[in-house]
Amino acid sequence: MTIDWSAFTPWSALAGGVLIGLAAAMLILLNGRIAGISGILAGVLRPGDGGRTWRLAFLLGLLLAPWVWGLASTMPAIRIDADYPLLIAAGLLVGISTRYGAGCTSGHGVCGISRLSPRSLLATMLFMASGFATVYVARHLLGV
Amino acid sequence: MNRYLFSAFAAGLIFGIGLLVSGMANPAKVLAFLDLAGAWDPSLALVMGGAVAVGLVAFTLAGRRTVTLLGTPMELPARRDIDRPLVLGSLGFGIGWGLAGFCPGPALVALGAAETKAAVFVLAMVAGMGLHGLIEGRKGADG
Repeated sequence: MTIDWSAFTPWSALAGGVLIGLAAAMLILLNGRIAGISGILAGVLRPGDGGRTWRLAFLLGLLLAPWVWGLASTMPAIRIDADYPLLIAAGLLVGISTRYGAGCTSGHGVCGISRLSPRSLLATMLFMASGFATVYVARHLLGV
Repeated sequence: MNRYLFSAFAAGLIFGIGLLVSGMANPAKVLAFLDLAGAWDPSLALVMGGAVAVGLVAFTLAGRRTVTLLGTPMELPARRDIDRPLVLGSLGFGIGWGLAGFCPGPALVALGAAETKAAVFVLAMVAGMGLHGLIEGRKGADG
């Protein structure tokens, strides 16, 4: 393993993480809800579901974040190397899998681990492992 | 706008800014984090560390309450069972995450930043969620 120290950004990563934690804290302590993005998005899409308005409000905040941040500071880089077919395949897989797995990086990874939920601890270990494995196969075995 | 909706909006906004600032919304950085065998960028481990450090305090407090600070019901998940959908879904999610470097939150933030590729990913993700709804009926669970 070689660590790319030139790309290492510990302070912005930690600060961003603390903001994510604060947002999750707000949503549970004020709204009584888990900040799980896949669950919130799916809840908006589900017809006739109660609690659609708070989910829409949360998603609106998420979508406006780059705009609000852009008022105060320069926009951090967003580099997307995947081509369109790969983005479609990845999107479909993330969409269907996060519903079967009942959560993603936010719901299981941040909120679930903070709750010490055994389901979320396992889910996070599994998606981290398969994420590492996927990048290993793509970059080092297939050379994509 | 009432307080309940405003706090949900503010939480979404802060969450999104956190994703942007941390580097999570940058798929190239996510893939560099997931590439253990390459030139590994460990930064994003600290995102989880920072978020969970705050989250542990918040969820400990939340677990002692039945109503929120705004007086609405505290809706903490109750499930503790490990089942097949959880295992297979989480494995599948990791594969999708590793293919493009996007998980749901960052994809929505990048969509908000008017990235066309993020819009395509989000449309496909929504279609994937719809597919789950079609297969499983309407018995969706929260996550």
